[in-house]
Amino acid sequence: MNVQVAVIDYGMGNIRSVSKALQQAGGDRVEVVVTADPAQLRRASHVVLPGVGALRDCMNELERLQLVEVIGECFAAKPFLGICLGMQALLARSEENDGTPGLGLLGGEVLHFRGRVADPALKIPHMGWNSVQQTRPHPLWQGIADGSRFYFVHSYFVRPQQDALIAGCTDYGGRFASVIARDNVFAMQFHPEKSQHSGLQLLGNFLRWDGRCQEGHD
Amino acid sequence: MTLAKRIIPCLDVDQGRVVKGVRFVDIRDAGDPVEVAKIYDVQGADELVFLDITASHEDRATMVHVVEQVASQVFIPLTVGGGIREVADIRRMLNAGADKVAINTAAVANPEFVRQAAQRFGSQCIVVAVDAKRVSAPGEPPRWEIFTHGGRRATGLDVIEWVRRMADYGAGEILLTSMDRDGTQDGYDVALLRAVSAAVPVPVIASGGVGTLEHLAAGILDGHADAVLAASIFHFGTYSVGEAKRYLAQRGIDVRLAEATP
Repeated sequence: MNVQVAVIDYGMGNIRSVSKALQQAGGDRVEVVVTADPAQLRRASHVVLPGVGALRDCMNELERLQLVEVIGECFAAKPFLGICLGMQALLARSEENDGTPGLGLLGGEVLHFRGRVADPALKIPHMGWNSVQQTRPHPLWQGIADGSRFYFVHSYFVRPQQDALIAGCTDYGGRFASVIARDNVFAMQFHPEKSQHSGLQLLGNFLRWDGRCQEGHD
Repeated sequence: MTLAKRIIPCLDVDQGRVVKGVRFVDIRDAGDPVEVAKIYDVQGADELVFLDITASHEDRATMVHVVEQVASQVFIPLTVGGGIREVADIRRMLNAGADKVAINTAAVANPEFVRQAAQRFGSQCIVVAVDAKRVSAPGEPPRWEIFTHGGRRATGLDVIEWVRRMADYGAGEILLTSMDRDGTQDGYDVALLRAVSAAVPVPVIASGGVGTLEHLAAGILDGHADAVLAASIFHFGTYSVGEAKRYLAQRGIDVRLAEATP
């Protein structure tokens, strides 16, 4: 057992699906721990911040469970995966609820689709399988064709301060950043745990990842 | 490529067993929800809907177990409907691995429940299921009413006003079944679909009446549905989900086909 992945359990969303998918992708060599215990997060080799729902509730729960500090530590130190709301939470602020601060680990903001898409008839939430264009090479894209479809369900999207953070783009009434990555951090708007083969491949890549990006590739 | 139209097989489950005759050739146990879900997963289903038709309240715990089993082995989105009446029911299903719950009767009985549910769990997991029946006379402008109890009980609610209200309250999606067409294999009520799709800002799933692949295409192209749900044509093996997708792709509809390996 050389990989221990901790899924941060702060009571919001499909923790079970995420942990089952990680187990499926990782097989026997991976131990999946679902936890809100900072000590366990510090011990884990890989950390996943999942989540669905509202950012304000998410931040309230992370604070109540005293997870903010340890998330910051893990974010700086080990392979770290943010999924959906767990991606949005990494940014500085969201316009949800007239302005909600996030963890501020990455510069940028979280915006609602409404009013920002060209076609007013476009359905919101953005729900279903959409294509992700890989905008730069990354170890987590290994074995996944450029343009592969992943399952999305969200009404808010991220706009990072620096375009250099973007590792994948998706078109929904305009292009938005569906994947951002920096150093040991990879965060995505879609749900890899619900994206069948491509999603499991990505989770497997994450579990095999040491958090490094090759020179010239990042 | 943009957002694909979704193809969704729907399974009725009674006391933990798939009913309404799934007739696949190469399946060990056509009543096992996990076996059936796996087949649809391999065929390329974009989501699965499970409707719990278990009559007695006591047996509903079985459905939680079914969802746990399916969600451990099939990695596509799962919606569970039937018997979702309170916040605790939703929490139980989401914890078991469901991604969305479909609320039908409970929404009619207490519309505030939908608002509560959406606030608590987020709109993305709250589907409002609607059973609609045409009540206008032939020649009149079409009008549909909400029915409950399998189409037996009229509610007096106008479908268009109702779906607008539900979207307002936070429903993230509308699962729209035509009671006139359900089980007929005559095709979706396209006028109904088009009217509902134009009325709400959220995605609409078409349901009720599919007998041919052309019906699926009509639901999307003429009815403007974001997703099409069907039961019998897939269960009876008339068409596989893959065949349905290839047909829709030929008709110019963007669907998720098997990914090419890089």
